Amino acid sequence: MSSTPPGAPSPADPMPVGDRRSRILGGGTRVEGRRAVAIALISTAVFFTVLVIVVVNSPGWDEFSAKFLDGEQFLESLPGIGRAFLVNIQLFLIAEAIVLVLALIVAVLRSLPGPVFFPIRFLTAAYTDLFRGIPTVLVIYALGLGAPALQIQGIPTSPFFWAVVSLVLVYTAYVAEVYRAGIESVHESQVAAARSLGLTRWQSTRYVVLPQAIRRIVPPLLNDFLGLQKDTALVALIGVIEAFRQAQIDSSATFNYTPFLACALYFVLITIPLARLIDWLVARDRRRRLAGAR
Amino acid sequence: MTEAVRIEGLHKSFDELEVLRGIDLTVDDHEVLALIGASGSGKSTLLRCLDLLEEIDRGRVWIEGVEITAPDVDVNAVRRGIAIVFQAFNLFPHMSVLANVTLAPRKVLGLSDDEARERASDLLRRFGLLDKRDDYPDRLSGGQQQRVAIARAMAMGPDLLLLDEVTSALDPVLVAEVLDVIRELAAGGITMVIATHEMGFARDVAHRVAFLEEGRLLEVGTPGQIFSDPREEATRRFLDRIIAAGRM
Repeated sequence: MSSTPPGAPSPADPMPVGDRRSRILGGGTRVEGRRAVAIALISTAVFFTVLVIVVVNSPGWDEFSAKFLDGEQFLESLPGIGRAFLVNIQLFLIAEAIVLVLALIVAVLRSLPGPVFFPIRFLTAAYTDLFRGIPTVLVIYALGLGAPALQIQGIPTSPFFWAVVSLVLVYTAYVAEVYRAGIESVHESQVAAARSLGLTRWQSTRYVVLPQAIRRIVPPLLNDFLGLQKDTALVALIGVIEAFRQAQIDSSATFNYTPFLACALYFVLITIPLARLIDWLVARDRRRRLAGAR
Repeated sequence: MTEAVRIEGLHKSFDELEVLRGIDLTVDDHEVLALIGASGSGKSTLLRCLDLLEEIDRGRVWIEGVEITAPDVDVNAVRRGIAIVFQAFNLFPHMSVLANVTLAPRKVLGLSDDEARERASDLLRRFGLLDKRDDYPDRLSGGQQQRVAIARAMAMGPDLLLLDEVTSALDPVLVAEVLDVIRELAAGGITMVIATHEMGFARDVAHRVAFLEEGRLLEVGTPGQIFSDPREEATRRFLDRIIAAGRM
């Protein structure tokens, strides 16, 4: 395996990708392809019909729908949770902007070659290992409750501030690894070409390595940002009134869980369009390169 | 004649493997030197050492009178005067042809965008690629890509051009267009060291031919002498194999 370049079919697996795909869908010809689509549609419809029938006829369905799917409660809690969700949006927009820059710096520092930079490589590696290892909720607790408790002059005590710091610390560690994978995926011959033209190490990184690396990491980067956006709900634990906390408040006032459904709706409304946007960006970049036009 | 390159006792190993075992060689200004030898004989490593892309273990090298093996040498300054073209082109895939050619003149030589574009356009026109300047490399044939790579190297106005088996990755029908470009450059008088398997081309273009085997320079001579009357038995055997393979 080690002698096989990435992307090339290995000797044990000589079937080209196209063949494999048509094999999975169950046939190569056009008629067979149409039949496969029809079968997929029918089996999906049957599956979900059975699922709905089973759930709706379950013994606890009436109680469940009253507690979780109360239309009136839903509409009533929607505006308040929507206002609280603006806090989530602020949280992730600020955190993402900082993470984007900070993670790049960490990744570049970690990629510095040579023995002189060993301490820097060691520190950045230790940081990424540590903060990918600790559950996000513990970081939020430690900083959100711990840091203000120190009562050091000049240290902010606002839960919002520490919420941002916690999310930045955790997600910088993840995103730095994504950047690093991207940097390492750029073949060293690209660096050789850049350096041979007289570009400095930094210029090679800036103009040749990073642009290629960043293009490749857009999808995994987005994945981490979706995670970050969802994790903004965790900062409810240190007293930030955001969408999830608001839903808890609404729910405890009426003993009805429907507000959480409203809360979930806001998160989905934000994350799905973002995912589509990034897909579109990736497709556009590929189109532009293949078309050769600007 | 002044010396473009002087190499004395150059050694290079990769871990246990000694790839260059004491190379002594000089190349004069405006000279075209062809390096021939089997794959793995050290041709590429020698070229990469001259551009400091490989660390030199032992020996001394001067380029245009500047010792590049000196401990305090400015690596970036050395590389500004030398250009290398690789077997696999190594174009920057995220940049248009024009951006590939103008990057280093803008960032390293400090040319303005207009100056760099003008210089690049002149080169691309010479190499028959002006209509491709807005294309991305993956839209070009191998021969076109390699000509862009040569234009990118020449845009730095180098004193010395190193060509590392630049036609070895090409479809046979595309080799000629690249060799034509190199012939034109040779006629223009730039100093070149060319590692190649194209013996016919080496005979036409090179002033001298150096035969490398297992990290040693076995003989250096005019193309006429090397190809028709090699002194060394090893050179003769190598050329016989090349002829048997139909490459000459």
